[in-house]
Amino acid sequence: MDPKGKVRLSSTLYLTFLAARFSFVTAEPEDLTVPSERGSARNSAISKPHRSRGALALAALVGAGVLLAGCNLPAYGAHHGSTTQGHDTFKLWQGDVTAAIVVGLIVYGLIFWSVFRYRRKRSDNSMPRQFHDHPKLEIVYTIIPLIMVLVIFYFAVLTENNVDAVSSHPDLTVKVTAFQWGWKFHYLGKGVEVIGNTQHYPQMVLPVDQPVKIILVSADVVHGFYVPKFDFSRYAQPGVVNLFDLNVRHVGVYRGQCSEFCGLYHSEMIFSVKAIPDSQFPAWLAQARTTSPSHLLPGAPVTPVPPNVTPRLSTQVP
Amino acid sequence: MTIQQERVEVLLPEEHPHHAEPTGLLKWMTSTDHKVIGKNYLYTSIAMFLLAGLMALVMRSQLVEPDNTLVSFQQYNELFTMHGSLMLYLFAGPFAFGGLANFIIPLQVGAPDMAFPRLNALSYWLYLSGCIIMLGGFFTTGGAADFGWVSYAPLSEATNSPGAGPDMWILAILLTGFSAIFTAVNLITTIFYLRAPGMTMFRMPIFTWGMLVTGILILLAFPVLSAAMVMLFADRHFGTHIFTVQGGGVPVLWQNLFWFFGHPEVYILALPYFGVVTEILPVFSKKPVFGYKGMVFATIAIAGLSTSVWAHHMFTTGVVLLPFFSLMSYLIAVPTGIKFFNWIGTMWRGHLSFKTPMLFAIGFLIVFLTGGLSGILLASPPIDFAVHDTYFVVAHFHQVLVGTAVFAGFGGFYYWYPKMTGRMMREPLGKAHFWTLMVGFWLTYVPMYALGLIGMPRREATYPAGLGWTLWNQISTVGAFLMGASFIFWLVNIWISWRNPIPAGSDPWEYGQSLEWFTTSPPPHHNYNKLPPIRSERPTWDYYHPEAPKVERNGKQVIPALVGASSGSPDASNGPGAAGNGRSGGGSNPPEGHEDGGPS
Repeated sequence: MDPKGKVRLSSTLYLTFLAARFSFVTAEPEDLTVPSERGSARNSAISKPHRSRGALALAALVGAGVLLAGCNLPAYGAHHGSTTQGHDTFKLWQGDVTAAIVVGLIVYGLIFWSVFRYRRKRSDNSMPRQFHDHPKLEIVYTIIPLIMVLVIFYFAVLTENNVDAVSSHPDLTVKVTAFQWGWKFHYLGKGVEVIGNTQHYPQMVLPVDQPVKIILVSADVVHGFYVPKFDFSRYAQPGVVNLFDLNVRHVGVYRGQCSEFCGLYHSEMIFSVKAIPDSQFPAWLAQARTTSPSHLLPGAPVTPVPPNVTPRLSTQVP
Repeated sequence: MTIQQERVEVLLPEEHPHHAEPTGLLKWMTSTDHKVIGKNYLYTSIAMFLLAGLMALVMRSQLVEPDNTLVSFQQYNELFTMHGSLMLYLFAGPFAFGGLANFIIPLQVGAPDMAFPRLNALSYWLYLSGCIIMLGGFFTTGGAADFGWVSYAPLSEATNSPGAGPDMWILAILLTGFSAIFTAVNLITTIFYLRAPGMTMFRMPIFTWGMLVTGILILLAFPVLSAAMVMLFADRHFGTHIFTVQGGGVPVLWQNLFWFFGHPEVYILALPYFGVVTEILPVFSKKPVFGYKGMVFATIAIAGLSTSVWAHHMFTTGVVLLPFFSLMSYLIAVPTGIKFFNWIGTMWRGHLSFKTPMLFAIGFLIVFLTGGLSGILLASPPIDFAVHDTYFVVAHFHQVLVGTAVFAGFGGFYYWYPKMTGRMMREPLGKAHFWTLMVGFWLTYVPMYALGLIGMPRREATYPAGLGWTLWNQISTVGAFLMGASFIFWLVNIWISWRNPIPAGSDPWEYGQSLEWFTTSPPPHHNYNKLPPIRSERPTWDYYHPEAPKVERNGKQVIPALVGASSGSPDASNGPGAAGNGRSGGGSNPPEGHEDGGPS
């Protein structure tokens, strides 16, 4: 199944569950008003309009679900994911946020309905009915959320497996070392190393549309390798070797930054990822081996900047 | 069976020798009365809250424009560390279990005091020492702790964070941690052993249930935190290498230990406030709690699940079993959802009056729902990869914690202030407080969601221009100042109630349900000179509102509001005061085993 189909399926599934829940919500609270007569009212005409209203709502929502799943869901403010992994995450995000919004609207609707419908009239000193519980209703609103979170969990696991998949024979492996406060990108077996700090933000150049394996380690404290447009981050930790794949979809320069607080100049620990066409990559490697522009220091040792360096001397915003 | 006990002659407070006790400052310093200690806790924790709020305003001012230099990097790092530490360790928890619970729980279960009054006093003094020591970090040469309230090792090790400030921070956490443990022991014992006759477990108010479960969670979580702090201190000073790779240690162990405390801690900060809301909503809806037992089981389920979700803070470490912790995190949505529907069911077809506590309780529902929904998004590991350590997470947990500790917490403050002081707070000022806070809240945190999604990491001392972050940050800062300003209304309210008191009767909200509304405001020395018969979870209501319609359970059963079928009925004509109980002398009647045969 293509990824797009998967998302459609997921949204349809969510919305069907939500529809089932909504129909129940419209029907059941009415039941609350007549709990003592429920047994007798069940088969009488009184309950019929409620049930048909519930069925109508169900039908409407299933329809809306199908319709929505067919259309493109909005991005809800997130980056679209410039890697294939990030794009998977983005699609999961769209589905989950849609579900969250629908649930939110229903619950907000119930809250505001209660607040506006049942406000006490100024002169009203009467007592409302003192109903205490409704076990059937309570069981229903335990089971429906349970099913919903299990469905959402299922799609989370599917996406997670895609995002965390590491190819066994990558074309390119880059060892990324985070340190206070900078990054070292070591192209394994290519003889190229890029180092940068708070004064010279380093740039990792990658070929586009190729699975690149990243080996992420830390030289000192916990850091976070975070490229917002990849919809992805991973800790770089002392004592832990983290592996993940990046498969950049589009040519471009992507800003990255340390995400886990790592000391004084945490906010200056900036880098970038530049994705270039695969055909240009060998040329770049060759050039990087011979030339050493300011942000390319092949083979230089990892020397953290002394903490008294004035930050933000660099005007370069990658 | 208990009718005999409930009708022991009324003992009047004048007959007690206890009242020859110190007044003024000496009273505050020497008292073992849970009400005095509770107020000490409340005022101290609110002072911490206001301080931490001011720190937040400084941070928001720093972020109002790119490359701002209002504070240095070092100062900013100290500020966010201390803001988080004060809010989480010294405000949100102690405000609930040290302040509100300390004052209210003995009243709600009908006890004369906490089970261990001196231990209670010790807890407070440990807590106050912790507060002073933590703040003292600012006056050391190296400055206060600057590694975040989570103090991830190895950043918090001596090589990366030398100086006395971090040591004082560790000591302060140990002291307040022990204070929390002692308070938890006290609360649990009080709830299990000092309940009044007739107060069965399933007649306890939900706030009491919440505090019982919170107490158990504290006993699970805080010892782990204390142990981790001792290990960190040993690493820093005694040459151990528990969290350093160089010596063969495991840095990730810190994260596991910390979050094994840290996630139950989130529910230690939430369950009491869920309880507060569950107290407020029925009183201002003139109805019983909807789904009482569901509420209790949901509380227990949340507590149980909360001990197995800690690694959802560590999804991006790459060393935890993602599906397990993801599933456990998702499952917490189920009992929380039950609570939400029960809160709505409590309001459903009620007669709602929007006094200040009710506004704050509804405000809690509204803001906590958004925080909860963004939490469900974060329980998904891939989505967490995308927004972990960004402002999205900052917005999420602030919505959750401001929802609980501030909206529900201050709702509880408005609700119980008349009981604590015998004075009313002013409604218009309370409402001004609420609306300013509400508007400020959304202005502050919605931009943070947007900032997180476009990639602004948290704990950034400053940021460059040209990334589209500036406008969102500016809106957020305006919101933060509105939130700060709202507390001016609150302070003025307290000031007015102090200078120009309007006396509160025993039940200022007219439809009080739980036991504390039966006694005077403020309560006498040992809380009760008389107790009403306890036949349901709302004895005060049963006593004062015999005219109310019968309670409907399970949609069918109809039960007399006041008494069960098998137990004798104190005549309504006896009036308040006739059904007395001799608990005011401070003797410990054994409450266990008093089953009155009434329906429960």
